[in-house]
Amino acid sequence: MKYAFYPGCVSQGGAPELYPAAKLICDRLDIELEEIHAWTCCGAGVMQEKNQLFSDTLNARNLAKAEQQGLTIMTICSTCQGVIAQANTRLLADPDYLAEINGYLAEEGLEYKGTAQIKHLLWILIEDYGLDNLLPHVTRSLGGLRLAPFYGCYIVRPTEALGIEDHPERQTSLETLIETLGATAVDYDGKTKCCGFPILTINEKNSMSMVGNHTSEAKDLGADAMVTPCPLCHLNLDGYQPKAARQANRSIDLPILHLPQLIGLAMGISPSELGLKKHIINTAPLELKLAGSTSS
Amino acid sequence: MDVTVKIKRYDPESNNADYVWQEYPIAIDENATVLDALIQIREDDDGTLSLRCSCRSAICGSCAMKINGQGGLACKTKASESMDKDGVIRVEPAGNMDTVKDLVADFDMFWNKIREIEPYLQPEGEVPDGEYVVSNESMLHLSAVTACILCGACVSDCTVLEVDKSFLGPAALAKAYRFTADPRDGNEDGVSRDRLKVLGQPSGMWDCTRCNMCVQVCPKGVAPMDRIMAMHDQAIEAGYGNNNGARHADAFIESVGHTGRLDELRLPVKTVGITNIPALLGFAPVGWRAMTHGKLPPLIHKSVEDVQIIRNLYRKLEQ
Repeated sequence: MKYAFYPGCVSQGGAPELYPAAKLICDRLDIELEEIHAWTCCGAGVMQEKNQLFSDTLNARNLAKAEQQGLTIMTICSTCQGVIAQANTRLLADPDYLAEINGYLAEEGLEYKGTAQIKHLLWILIEDYGLDNLLPHVTRSLGGLRLAPFYGCYIVRPTEALGIEDHPERQTSLETLIETLGATAVDYDGKTKCCGFPILTINEKNSMSMVGNHTSEAKDLGADAMVTPCPLCHLNLDGYQPKAARQANRSIDLPILHLPQLIGLAMGISPSELGLKKHIINTAPLELKLAGSTSS
Repeated sequence: MDVTVKIKRYDPESNNADYVWQEYPIAIDENATVLDALIQIREDDDGTLSLRCSCRSAICGSCAMKINGQGGLACKTKASESMDKDGVIRVEPAGNMDTVKDLVADFDMFWNKIREIEPYLQPEGEVPDGEYVVSNESMLHLSAVTACILCGACVSDCTVLEVDKSFLGPAALAKAYRFTADPRDGNEDGVSRDRLKVLGQPSGMWDCTRCNMCVQVCPKGVAPMDRIMAMHDQAIEAGYGNNNGARHADAFIESVGHTGRLDELRLPVKTVGITNIPALLGFAPVGWRAMTHGKLPPLIHKSVEDVQIIRNLYRKLEQ
């Protein structure tokens, strides 16, 4: 299995533990990653509001490069997944628009023909790799762990661009994976809501309310940790959780795991190799519980 | 077809101050909508059930409620497609608003926000001799927004309103766009400066999180969030860029346009403004925590290979 890897900016910036964790588990699972050469930022929905043409051109460039590689794109970020998929939907819906953008790409000798596929690691594991093939790699039982899924907006909405009609199972993919790895998925209202990160520097109070609400809700339902396929959500839910807890005037202390870290833990990889030490919320209680459930 | 409709019920006159979930196992037609099922329950099983409805054809906007946790019109939602594996459909009143009784939400907040948008064209240029001539393209564009039936599904599910009731909200902002995007509103160039100035105030357009919830739940394809995004650009173009939201968008595109990728270290600094010392000091604890955990974004932001290609595109398409 081989994919055109699109890591996204945050996995090498604000959440630098994500990139090596994703590479590590893919390596162990024999999923070959060929990084898209000189890929550019997807725009994260921000660039689109200022200049959709520029943003779509950059995404068409990423898509065209993956098309040349002849490989499906693998993303490891809900936001990248959604934003690139939305750009692709716009390009495919309007041949004139695609032709205009291809005009800009021509200077680099690129052309996007419209055949690229974009899939998040989460979907790849379920749809391409197969849970039956994943299970033999699960050497550490997560039984006893209660994990709260947190999707990130762009991997669940708008459904049109995300192929949800053809793949309704994507809407519960995170719970499916959590349960497959032997843990219990905690069901709560906040799992598909906004983490608040996009307005962190615009309306911090609202952003912190969102972090506080989701993490508190999961914690109060007995979650040992939260799992997210979105590093932007991780930045807010983990990095700003102490501030959110102060605003909510309560303690929360809920560790937030990146999706590849959870899979890595289930595969027996050590927490330090997966970069858990880089998290702001201490993961030691989770690791202790994990060690307990493994030895029991 | 057998179905169990699980309804979140609330009666202000009951001794029980809280809501209760009540289940109604009923048999319905294969093609029945959720509204058909609710009306059947009210008429055949429980006359105390309260709900709002009128046209039954997704035109009047009366029956917006939460179906399986998501806002939508009960009359436009097929029951057969809403059942879970146990044949259960969960129905609640619209969210983010108080409940009057059962499935009837108190829409005062919704209407108060809608009323904040002055509902008439405000042309500022010279009055033409004849009628105002507008291109067909402009009107077709606006028709997607004027398709709003004011059902409140977007307000029900807005993730910002959930934490801050002062937010103007998706319905009112989409209505505002109906005017800011109308070439007859505002100055000779169709720029609605006065409206954009007001809409850019706190609790206005910049508080939207871009979560796509309103786009997803709108039963008429109004796509409020997309309109809010378009107003952001209108506001910046009109010269209202002196706020964190506008600076954030500017700094973001500038970073990608010059280097191909996002400079996460400088983005927040440029967003709050490099001379905004109190805000910059506010980043210190988070920055310190990130640094001590080895996750501060790189101090030197590297450009992608062949960055000149990106810069050329940026110059051509943005500047």
